[in-house]
Amino acid sequence: MDMISFKGIVFIAASLVVIAASVLMATRKNPIHSALWMIVTFFAMAVIYLLLNAQFIAVAQVMVYAGAIMMLILFVIMLVHMEKGEETDPGKTRRSKKTRIVAALITVILFGEMLLGVLFYRMTGQGGEYPAALVDAVGNVRTVGVLLYGQYLFPFEIASLLLLVGIVGAVVIAKRK
Amino acid sequence: MFEENLTWLCYLLSGVLFTIGAIGAILRRNMIVVFMCIELMLNAVNLVFIAAAGSLSSMDGSVFVFFIMTVAAVEAAVGLAIFVMVFRMQQSINADEMNLLKG
Repeated sequence: MDMISFKGIVFIAASLVVIAASVLMATRKNPIHSALWMIVTFFAMAVIYLLLNAQFIAVAQVMVYAGAIMMLILFVIMLVHMEKGEETDPGKTRRSKKTRIVAALITVILFGEMLLGVLFYRMTGQGGEYPAALVDAVGNVRTVGVLLYGQYLFPFEIASLLLLVGIVGAVVIAKRK
Repeated sequence: MFEENLTWLCYLLSGVLFTIGAIGAILRRNMIVVFMCIELMLNAVNLVFIAAAGSLSSMDGSVFVFFIMTVAAVEAAVGLAIFVMVFRMQQSINADEMNLLKG
């Protein structure tokens, strides 16, 4: 009877929002509008992560992407006042025809390849040791935490070093001489 | 009926998102919008990781997505600092006008 469950309705709604918002993000002229549509995209993707039983990643998506990165991008857009930037001088606002044809070709090939992979490739392989019921019994965040501080401790430390380098690099690059 | 197709639909959605990001990154001229399109492509890859890990009942997808997010955050900080510096130098962050390395 119920061909499509509540989960299915939520997934379809969220994925339509993601696609619409990302198309709007890629096509708006004003970069601030682009950034705001990008935030909508990130929130809808967090909903999809929740449907896929990845609660930790959903929260991190909202906090890191929609919170930190988009805030940074919005600040930079306001810092470099864009009216002097692109897409104001007529005649240069569009790519040349050749470039657009090549770009369309590249993206059609790319999408065709991915479609072929999705349609004809069936993933095989044995299941891992974290089925959804087991993870739910312990808690998603706890499981990820145990993995991060156990098996993946060394990459985790390298990630923290990378963040440190990023902070220093951003300050040094953006500093006024 | 829907549950077993969820992974498949996620792959499809991720392909669509990656293609939208690629079109934007190729065609747009504002560096910040190009940057946001690249973030969108990273998000599409994250979605594949989560969906595949869910269907294989593995937890490694979440860990990998965590690291991808870390790298994306660092990339955002350094990249936006570079954009601010380029804007200070040539009063524009148009991708076509960044040709200082051309010699």
